[in-house]
Amino acid sequence: MTFKANEPFIFYSSLQLVELTGVKAASLAELAGHIRAIGASSIYHHTHQFVRQHLYLSPEPPNDFAYWVSDVLGDERFGEALSAIDIMAYPSIGSIREALISTIERALGERPRLKNLTAPEGEEFDFLKSISFIFPTDYKAHTLGEFSDCLRLVSLDSIYFHMFEARLRLERPTNDFSNWLATSLGEEGSAVNIARIDPYTQTGEGIRATILRILERRIKALADIHSTAQE
Amino acid sequence: MVKLEEYEPIAGKGVIGEIRLLAERLKGRSVQHINSTAVGGGVAEILNRMVPLLRECGVDARWDVIKGGEQFFNATKKIHNALHGADEEISGDMWDIFWETGKRNSEEIPCASDIVFVHDPQPIAMVNQKDGRRNKWIWRCHIDISHAQERVFDALRGQIIRYDAAVFSAPSFARTLPLRQFLIAPSLDPLSDKNKDLPRNVVEEVLAAYGIKSDKPIVTQVSRFDRLKDPVGVINAYRKVKRYMDCQLILAGGTAADDPESVEVFEQVKRQAEGDPDIHVLLMPQNDIHVNAIQRASAVILQKSVREGFGLTVTEALWKEKPVVASAVGGIPAQIRHKHHGLLCHSVDGAALAIKQILQNPEYARRLGENGKEHVRRNFLLTRHLKDYLLLFLSLYETEDMVYL
Repeated sequence: MTFKANEPFIFYSSLQLVELTGVKAASLAELAGHIRAIGASSIYHHTHQFVRQHLYLSPEPPNDFAYWVSDVLGDERFGEALSAIDIMAYPSIGSIREALISTIERALGERPRLKNLTAPEGEEFDFLKSISFIFPTDYKAHTLGEFSDCLRLVSLDSIYFHMFEARLRLERPTNDFSNWLATSLGEEGSAVNIARIDPYTQTGEGIRATILRILERRIKALADIHSTAQE
Repeated sequence: MVKLEEYEPIAGKGVIGEIRLLAERLKGRSVQHINSTAVGGGVAEILNRMVPLLRECGVDARWDVIKGGEQFFNATKKIHNALHGADEEISGDMWDIFWETGKRNSEEIPCASDIVFVHDPQPIAMVNQKDGRRNKWIWRCHIDISHAQERVFDALRGQIIRYDAAVFSAPSFARTLPLRQFLIAPSLDPLSDKNKDLPRNVVEEVLAAYGIKSDKPIVTQVSRFDRLKDPVGVINAYRKVKRYMDCQLILAGGTAADDPESVEVFEQVKRQAEGDPDIHVLLMPQNDIHVNAIQRASAVILQKSVREGFGLTVTEALWKEKPVVASAVGGIPAQIRHKHHGLLCHSVDGAALAIKQILQNPEYARRLGENGKEHVRRNFLLTRHLKDYLLLFLSLYETEDMVYL
């Protein structure tokens, strides 16, 4: 028997417009200072826009700060440290901000030479921010099967919205997929498995395929239980 | 007239659907583009495609062109160059003509649309009408003003800050201004003669027409003959590569009859190339199919500019899945993430090294090319540009960073 949720899952999507802040950093000290003061939409932009723009690349490139440190300031060792910040481990933009600042300040303390690094003229770090326009798509699911069918068809922007944006920008406790599966369908196992996916180290299609594998496994298990019960 | 649905196989069904959805939210709104020329130049090229597509989506779009005499356009050319960083002397008389012509255009072209979208400095004074109206005004700056002559920028600043928003093509072009500033990159049209797919025989016919054989890898730079594109640096980089790898170089571009310097640069490049039959300096007519074919025939595309606006020739090369070596200037770093979509360089030696790396590693070159094409598909096609403009129009009525449509 197929369990049907009272409240359907409505797939949303989001589109981004990039706003310039006019704030620039030429050194690591300036970078840390601006990260401390800049709005949350800017921190979100620089830790996620790279993933979004390059969802087709694998393995994923790092966040904008790490890229700038490695390729413009030329310190790959510290660039690696910034790209290794585990964004999945932080529940909010505020905590990502603190992690970035403490990583930079610690490195400046441990390796004083980093203070001398400056970007060539014209290659300063430009702080940008994302304006998100969120809208419902035509895809709607009441059951695990419908959910899986919709997930095959929605755009990567939709997957991106429910996996990254809902958790960090809207500060929901987990990604939207896990939340609905657990609360509306009682599928806590699948919800936990999806919440464990690290979307920062996969392509967009890779994320889709991983979620689909989790869902298909569960759908098959439920079908097996159902047929055993009928026997 | 190209229809929006014709872009669906290239941009994807989802993107076209999103454009229609956004346009639906703007139904009933009118948008008026204003620039200084109906033909020629990148802005007119974009508007020629963009305005009909906006109309097809149901947005009431129109396009007006300001009028000006020779003296006005002489002044605006100098202003344009000064904003690009050139050392231009703009006399008081020139400024008088600039402002008087602006005032006259502002009186003759009513800007009553809900959104008035003014392109570049020439029509900037149209904003004089704003005070009597309740509409929204956008200034779209297509120029790299990061090195602008301050006194020229300051002369325009009073007008710029009267707009509701400004739009720039690259992050480094932005200034500290008391108005919202947005980043919208230019785009290429994948269905245009310059960018559409070409059969192999057309590419070969074009090479034959210029007497070029495809028996050695071709390194190409397509750019007008301008010192800022560093064509002599390109030849020097090619010579450093040629010591280790047999290859040929194409420098293809145009000169302008009214630009004596371009003829001078062309002659200088010809002299530098003398004695090497593998250097082809091509003075190309405005033939988009030929440019397309030359780019497609190349093993590496170079853009060794000293200064650059956005660098659409780079976008064109990436779209054709070509590995690109380009200077990290202007809008180029926004298009190429070093080692992901191409290789960035800062010198002749750096360019030569990057060309060698690409020619000697075909698998690496293929991967860069594939990534580059996908990067353009997602970020620099006309459809993305159209989507960004629709989002920009919507953003004029919003103040939050998260907007529910």
